[in-house]
Amino acid sequence: MNQPLMVTAAQKAGPRLTTLAGALILLVLLALPLLSLLPADSPFQVSAYTLTLVGKILCYAIVALALDLVWGYAGLLSLGHGLFFALGGYAMGMYLMRQASGDELPAFMTFLSWTELPWYWVGTEHFWWAMCLVVLAPGLLALVFGFFAFRSRIKGVYFSIMTQALTFAGMLLFFRNETGFGGNNGFTNFRSILGFGITEPGTRAALFFATVLLLVVSLFLGWRLARSKFGRVLTALRDAENRLMFCGYDPRGFKLFVWVLSAVLCGLAGALYVPQVGIINPGEMSPTNSIEAAVWVALGGRGTLIGPLLGAGVVNGMKSWFTVAFPEYWLFFLGALFIVVTLYLPKGVIGLLKKRADQ
Amino acid sequence: MLEPILEPNKDAGSSRDAIGLGKAAGSGLNTRHGTILTLEDISVSFDGFKALNNLNLYIGVGELRCIIGPNGAGKTTMMDVITGKTRPSAGQAWFGETLDLRQMSEVQIAQSGIGRKFQKPTVFEALSVFENLELAQKTDKSVWASLRAKLSGEQKDRIGEVLHTIRLTTSAHRPAGLLSHGQKQFLEIGMLLMQDPQLLLLDEPVAGMTDAETEFTAELFKSLAGKHSLMVVEHDMGFVGSIADHVTVLHQGSVLAEGSLEQVQADERVIEVYLGR
Amino acid sequence: MPTALYRLILALLLLLPLAANADDASDFAVANNSQQAQLLESWAAQPVPARIELINSLQQGQLTVDGQTKTLRLNNRLRGLIDTALASHQLLAADPTLRLSAAQQLQKSAKPAQLKFLDQQLAGESDSDVHAALSLALANLQLVDADPAVRLAAVRLLGETGEPLARTRLEALLQPGVETDATVHTAAETSLAQVKRKLLIGDLLGQAFSGLSLGSILLLAALGLAITFGLLGVINMAHGEMLMLGAYSTYCVQLLFQRFAPGAIEYYPLLALPVAFFVTAVVGMVLERTIIRHLYGRPLETLLATWGISLILIQLVRVMFGAQNVEVANPAWLSGGLQVLPNLVLPYNRLVIIVFALAVVFLTWLLLNKTRLGLNVRAVTQNRNMAACCGVPTGRVDMLAFGLGSGIAGLGGVALSQVGNVGPDLGQGYIIDSFLVVVLGGVGQLAGTVYAAFGLGIANKILEPQIGAVLGKILILGLIILFIQKRPQGLFALKGRVID
Repeated sequence: MNQPLMVTAAQKAGPRLTTLAGALILLVLLALPLLSLLPADSPFQVSAYTLTLVGKILCYAIVALALDLVWGYAGLLSLGHGLFFALGGYAMGMYLMRQASGDELPAFMTFLSWTELPWYWVGTEHFWWAMCLVVLAPGLLALVFGFFAFRSRIKGVYFSIMTQALTFAGMLLFFRNETGFGGNNGFTNFRSILGFGITEPGTRAALFFATVLLLVVSLFLGWRLARSKFGRVLTALRDAENRLMFCGYDPRGFKLFVWVLSAVLCGLAGALYVPQVGIINPGEMSPTNSIEAAVWVALGGRGTLIGPLLGAGVVNGMKSWFTVAFPEYWLFFLGALFIVVTLYLPKGVIGLLKKRADQ
Repeated sequence: MLEPILEPNKDAGSSRDAIGLGKAAGSGLNTRHGTILTLEDISVSFDGFKALNNLNLYIGVGELRCIIGPNGAGKTTMMDVITGKTRPSAGQAWFGETLDLRQMSEVQIAQSGIGRKFQKPTVFEALSVFENLELAQKTDKSVWASLRAKLSGEQKDRIGEVLHTIRLTTSAHRPAGLLSHGQKQFLEIGMLLMQDPQLLLLDEPVAGMTDAETEFTAELFKSLAGKHSLMVVEHDMGFVGSIADHVTVLHQGSVLAEGSLEQVQADERVIEVYLGR
Repeated sequence: MPTALYRLILALLLLLPLAANADDASDFAVANNSQQAQLLESWAAQPVPARIELINSLQQGQLTVDGQTKTLRLNNRLRGLIDTALASHQLLAADPTLRLSAAQQLQKSAKPAQLKFLDQQLAGESDSDVHAALSLALANLQLVDADPAVRLAAVRLLGETGEPLARTRLEALLQPGVETDATVHTAAETSLAQVKRKLLIGDLLGQAFSGLSLGSILLLAALGLAITFGLLGVINMAHGEMLMLGAYSTYCVQLLFQRFAPGAIEYYPLLALPVAFFVTAVVGMVLERTIIRHLYGRPLETLLATWGISLILIQLVRVMFGAQNVEVANPAWLSGGLQVLPNLVLPYNRLVIIVFALAVVFLTWLLLNKTRLGLNVRAVTQNRNMAACCGVPTGRVDMLAFGLGSGIAGLGGVALSQVGNVGPDLGQGYIIDSFLVVVLGGVGQLAGTVYAAFGLGIANKILEPQIGAVLGKILILGLIILFIQKRPQGLFALKGRVID
């Protein structure tokens, strides 16, 4: 008789604990930028390095969440999310480059002895238009690619490799100088954003706040989506697409919606990443980056909302430590992580914790 | 509750007397009234192998039709053609009088009122039994509607009703993946009920069920007939005998015999096919 | 008396070369730069067989006078003149290949003063190749002849060749104000068009050949992938690293030959083939047994796990061999090429790889269609459960097929080491292309892979000069996505009822 009660108690304690931990983490994240504004001699001062690092990881966490929406819920493993991230970053970078160069052409264009802006640069001196591009560029690309991919029912491994090929093609394209995005070097040497110096502590703190805000909003969106009928349709789609079609749902629309949403979230994350890190180059589109994002999600636990954030945090935290301490061994570690997670942690850390809680 | 998309001709569709009318379909237009499914001269070939060969089949409104036939007779391929999964290389396929099944996508066909149960029970394993039924429910199934959907009291009642019918009320909140094989069969039938289609295609619905479950299914199908049209593919002759008084025998992609179970079983050619004489 | 005189003359004649040689050498030694140039030009116009030794040593930058050797300081102009003079002298040689190369050299650098000599040689030339080459060299000179009729003949002769050089000459002639005679001018235009057409044929053939070559490399890279993908429904992301391991095996075999059998170094690629096959097959089988086996039925996870394997393999190779590319040299029988047209050389290494790729496909076909293992592999590919029921040991078949797929990649690695750089990242560039081949070709049939590999290779190389390599790749990706809209199963697929 007692057992059901116990189970409910454990189930109730679970969410409560998660909420508490979540609230605590959110509090710390909100405190970080404020602490960074303290004078340098204060014992509580957070260095610009730390703030940038955490901000960067938060951007990655948003990517992980976005990837989880398509992979964890809809079963579409994208190996090309780095492309959407980079597109958002490049859109923001265009604005930052125009800010840095004033009325003149961005430095790399003068270097190529171009005399006027290419058409797609028009309007990028306006912040609002750059923000539109941040959403439109990844969104439209995802829409077109998704439309064709889902129309022909490309899924599973095929879909994964197609997305990888897509990001690879994007990288090659952006490596070219003629494409008009700074070629190899990409964009860097930013000066200001909305009139504020980009290295000012205040600007950094504000960008960090914006990132935390975006993360919270994405989480909320993901939560609403997962709890809606839409979320259930996605899960159904993942497990038995044919059954769903014979129930009268058109899977294409559902896939396309979540796919574009995910791409846009990635684009926004990229747009916040670039001013914090101060550089964007085609390397962000390399297939390696995108597939690494998949391991964040897998490690944390796909199909959950907290898992990807946890995974992104842990792997990137490890990475920044490893690449300083044992640069030679990072790839061994990462490779082993891929294998161990897929072999022994099919539901990720969150799945493991849940199992513990159930026992 | 039943909202037929096609308003069948009342006098023709009132009972099972639609049976057999199809045979005379060539003689005049009127005879087709009351026919919910029309397959004429359907052929499907895979790399030269003819899975269906000039198949002609008519299902009346409210009819319960059993399809039997040895393996490879084309039963599943026929269902694939009806549900739009396989396109016929020749022939006509009409749902009611006006809907050309060859021109419609799988989703359109499902939305227009044809429900299908697979040979292997397929349910959404990660979702609970309740959620499975919720997804199947007849409602607006667009992306936008799904984003804002909220279950009304009426809809919840309907789900409860079906849960009761398929005897899964106590398992309503268990993940469907944890159900037994027979329970999954019932859940899938329940999903069809929620979908409320005009025509149900059931591929071996009692495979893996206990005798009691089979008996119960037979009762269920009989109660459905009349309100819905059913097409049941089954190997279990006992089950077929208990539900259908009209049976079609498929062989090598075309209709070999049609009639009551007794008639069919007495048919020389059918015996030959089944016993290999 | 006549006899004595005759003898004397003969003796003098015999001495003459020696004397000439000695004189020439000392003349050259005392001359200043411009005199040396004049000397060389006059030698080129009137070559004597005895002088060849002197010019040869001049080409080495050395001059022997009175038994003393000293090193010369030569400028580029003198070097060019020495080359011309040497070629001029080599025309007198008995060996036709030597004469041919000399004639080709003279096409580039002959001087008007040599006109008479070349004319003589042409008349006496018996070898047809040398004759053709020499007549071209002559035509080059005649282009600046004062007589329009000679120029006309020369222009026409040039038009009949497919030499890239003829194009430059004719274009130079057609510069405004160079050619005054109208007839010659028109003839030059016709000839130029003719030459261009011939060159175009060579260019197109060249593109087709590099397409075939790329296709054969893609084929070697994708064949193993197609087998494992068809069998397991899994993309082995470490497949590219199997290519890389194959290439590094080649490198190791080469090192061993250098150390222990330098005499047989020419034949190291032959030994590298079985070694690479064995190494990669074993690695593949070990991976299958330890990791991939546990992931069957979960293709996306397998994708990630094999990516992890590839990261580890890359880093392992970096630690063992360094991050830099290693040097794998072509043996002599693989270097050089076959001159088909004046502007089309087919490198031997690429020719051999095309043949090799086809041979590998043939052997794989034999293995899959004529052996028990092949029967099992095909059975498991088509219906795993049914095969298991029939007593096919699916686990063993998986392992062996994975080994086979990896081994073929290893063979591909040996081939790649002969045409490109060998470094830890070698495989990364091939995995996407290989998968596109598999997508395009469809699963379960070798023919599909072969057509897709060559199709993609040729399409790539045809698009490359038109719109650039990058845009070409992107265009091809787009085309493949569109293609899958029509044929989701690829070019060749087993049709049948879809089983759910």
